[in-house]
Amino acid sequence: MADGKRRKVERSEGGSTKPGGPSNRPTVQPSHDFRVVGKALRKVDATAKVLGVTKFADDLSLPRMLYCKLLRSPHPHARIVRIDAARALALPGVKAVLTGKDLPIPFGILPVSQDEHALALDKARFVGDPVAGVAAVSEEVATAALDLIAVEYEPLRPIRDHLDAVEHPEPRIHDYGDHGNLHKLINLEFGDVEAGFAEAELVREDLLFFEGNTHLPMEQHAAVAEWSPDGKLTLWSSTQTPHYVHRALAKVLELPPARVRVIATTNGGAFGGKSDPFSHEIVVAKLAMLTGRPVKITLTREEVFYCHRGRHPTLMWVKTGVKKDGAITAMHFKSLLDGGGYGSYGVASTYYTGALQTVTHHVPRYKFQGARAFTNKPPCGPKRGHGTPQPRFALEVHFDKIAEQLGIDPADFRLKHLVPPHSLTANWLRIGSMGLAECIRKVVAGSGWKEQYRKLPYGQGVGLACSSYITGAGLPIYWNAMPHSGVQLKCDRGGGVTVFCGSTEIGQGSDSVLAIIVAEVLGLDPFDIAVVAADTDLTPVDLGSYSSRVTLMTGNAAIQAAERARDLIARHAALKLEAPVERITFAGGRVFDAASPERGISFSEAVQLAEAAAGTVGTVGSYTPAAGAGKYRGAGVGPSPAYSYCACVALVDVDPATGIVRVPKIWIAHDVGRSINAAAVIGQIEGSIYMGLGEALMEEMAYRGNRNVVHKIPSLLEYKSPTTLEMCDVITYVVEDPDPNGPFGAKECGQGPLLPVPPAVANAVYDAVGVRIDEVPITPEKVFKALRRKEKGEEPRFGPLGFPDLPWPEPTRVAPPWEGGDGRAVEGGRGREKAVEVTAGRRR
Amino acid sequence: MPDAKAKIGFELNGEPVEVAFAPHKTLLEVLREDLALTGTKHGCELGECGTCTVLLDGAPVLSCLVLGLACEGRRVKTVEGLAQGSRLHPLQEAFAALGAAQCGYCTPAFLLTADALLADNPRPNRDDIKQALSGNLCRCTGYIKIYEAVELAAARLRGEKAEPARESLYGRR
Repeated sequence: MADGKRRKVERSEGGSTKPGGPSNRPTVQPSHDFRVVGKALRKVDATAKVLGVTKFADDLSLPRMLYCKLLRSPHPHARIVRIDAARALALPGVKAVLTGKDLPIPFGILPVSQDEHALALDKARFVGDPVAGVAAVSEEVATAALDLIAVEYEPLRPIRDHLDAVEHPEPRIHDYGDHGNLHKLINLEFGDVEAGFAEAELVREDLLFFEGNTHLPMEQHAAVAEWSPDGKLTLWSSTQTPHYVHRALAKVLELPPARVRVIATTNGGAFGGKSDPFSHEIVVAKLAMLTGRPVKITLTREEVFYCHRGRHPTLMWVKTGVKKDGAITAMHFKSLLDGGGYGSYGVASTYYTGALQTVTHHVPRYKFQGARAFTNKPPCGPKRGHGTPQPRFALEVHFDKIAEQLGIDPADFRLKHLVPPHSLTANWLRIGSMGLAECIRKVVAGSGWKEQYRKLPYGQGVGLACSSYITGAGLPIYWNAMPHSGVQLKCDRGGGVTVFCGSTEIGQGSDSVLAIIVAEVLGLDPFDIAVVAADTDLTPVDLGSYSSRVTLMTGNAAIQAAERARDLIARHAALKLEAPVERITFAGGRVFDAASPERGISFSEAVQLAEAAAGTVGTVGSYTPAAGAGKYRGAGVGPSPAYSYCACVALVDVDPATGIVRVPKIWIAHDVGRSINAAAVIGQIEGSIYMGLGEALMEEMAYRGNRNVVHKIPSLLEYKSPTTLEMCDVITYVVEDPDPNGPFGAKECGQGPLLPVPPAVANAVYDAVGVRIDEVPITPEKVFKALRRKEKGEEPRFGPLGFPDLPWPEPTRVAPPWEGGDGRAVEGGRGREKAVEVTAGRRR
Repeated sequence: MPDAKAKIGFELNGEPVEVAFAPHKTLLEVLREDLALTGTKHGCELGECGTCTVLLDGAPVLSCLVLGLACEGRRVKTVEGLAQGSRLHPLQEAFAALGAAQCGYCTPAFLLTADALLADNPRPNRDDIKQALSGNLCRCTGYIKIYEAVELAAARLRGEKAEPARESLYGRR
């Protein structure tokens, strides 16, 4: 079987902390060597947060500040014929009105989809698309002014969803894209899947649908802009990606980047929803430039639903061939994403729906076809798990069905044929540490799986699913050869250390990770470390808090900076202590000779010695991931320095009379590589389970397709999310399989644990009442319908019934590693496919 | 266009306060805009998420649904009134220790709702806590650390020597 052909990679190539130079990342140490890392520590910002003194963007107020409101399109798809703002401008208290022609330069997060305008220029593409912006002395006046702006629209036929987009190439929502209203079409083939299906003893096909849902951070987006007559712009914003906002502002406002400062205020939750540059950020900046006064905007909750960028609704078809023992011979996966009105991260999202199918169980031959449609709805983008929860749902439900057909317990099925650690996958992803087997064993033992699966009374059931997620994307959003993360360190004579880093605190604990890692290396208490983060004037670039990249990338950069400071200080301490420098040890706020620990000085004294001898003690560190192994077009999405793994068992109660599903308990085991802050790891895992539960049972972005494609429920009450009364108990097992690329071995934990929840719940519903709900959210209506079908002797299932024919391009064929490939396309990629240069641009 | 300002007096975090504001303003707006107490947050301003919870005469209310004018002569407690001098309130201490505040945006509301619960019921069980907090949404924590923090603070407020369970902080191994 293919097992024998699996190519073992001698050693996972580490990322470089010296761009262009050899890797000098730290070696993985056993946990007992750590003084701070791995402990359950209070976050460095916890006290401010419980006191309510943390300043979020809407808490900022500047003298003479004006307030901005945006006029939004009431039409899902319309040409803007003319806008007359004269009456609004005449309203007392109104200081400026902007329309599309004032900000004509397009922007967008990905270089290949610069398709947004701060205010719609010629066309509105969804209900809620911003059309005009007002600055006035109060929110009330600004709101009143919106009513006085006259906009003449010429409505166009709206494209309601992905299927409508396939059927209606016209009218085109954008004048670019691969085909009609299909923004992106991808066709990748790794080996001959048809030959693989021919070898199989069972071939199964399934169709599944994952409804779109949204981040719903408790904090509405807000931004404050200030313009100085010396030509400097400052923007405070609740953004996860100040660096990308910096670039977008400079581009659209035609300002030198050196005169633009972006400060990311602590985010009140984000989950991916604050990682695009947004209209409102650009509009308040422009209004501040025009009026010479600070301008603030805080979105209403309804407007947050229009910003969206959340989970793409995704229709999926999967076909897998297996041997009787469960070994996969080939897999073919198709996805069709409903992208909404703009590109956002969508090209990357589409690739992600096909990237990680290969990283849990060995897939010797793999084919992926992915498409993203433009539709007249708020744009979709990255939400926790970015493009991977949908295919993971499909895959894990599909595996559950295959295991049942083979007569294998689904837990045993998943324990077989795992991807080996330190290996390459069919699509050329380089796997490092891989603790999935241990995760499966933990949840199987902890949940009493063997005593419960297929043995519980009717109405109760258990389901199991696995998953994996990237620890940071291998490539930046825009092509460049610079580090993904930079850290500066300043050691003070008083013994305090300040860490400067562009990373953004969104509640995940990134500030604490920096403090803990620097404290670990320098033998200090994390509370002796001051963290200055997310300010483009003060901090070196970190690309942002997305793709679960921060702990690994800023962590490695922080280790390098701290080790350089340690080495510098140690040289001078060694002279003073008359000990060889190799024996100089940093611990407990002291610097001492390891051979006689009583011979030592305080850390501050050591800093003073170094400063006296060598000048100001400051160092830098940076991190760049290693190049991916794949060299084909499209290989840019999927590579990561490390992959987290997890396994999950869900227990459900299904009421057959109503279809109501309750989830009393979930067992989760997550391979985090190494915990940096143990308490924060548990918090991230529990939070992921919560969000996965919401997606499994209730969360959905629902639109009235036949009524102007308006959002049905743009409110926190009607968009159902789990309250304390729906949240399940969670038993968390932490598995630590250190990865050579992680700081002290750490991998991600903030996104991966969401992924297995929806399929585990779906599989448990089947165990409970014998119906397959091949669509999330698993609402009572769907369960009820499936139960009725079962009663009538029809297929006991609720889910999609077909996958449309799409104008796929010729496949890019890449031989898998075990077929002698070198990671390049066999027959060349598609020449016209400029899009991939963003994501795979590294090769250029 | 602006209304004439109304002036009222009430007790804010144990101290008398007088404030003048446009009479249509909600308590949320008066606190944040006229008294510069930005610890009270907002998630919807429609009474749906609980994020703006403060205590009015000791009971949790949604400050986005209470007119400022309705607070004349009453007692208002916000997150700024929880700490005792420079010492954290046991609830604040427990929230910080357990990581019950992730992004921290909903935290003030949870703290005050829990404060009202514990004033009413010093020994709440898990279900009591879930019921009391069911009107407050949190998107980060999955609520579990919040329950554990309320239980820890309740025990300490009862004078018990309580510490976080190892499993709460480290999970199972």
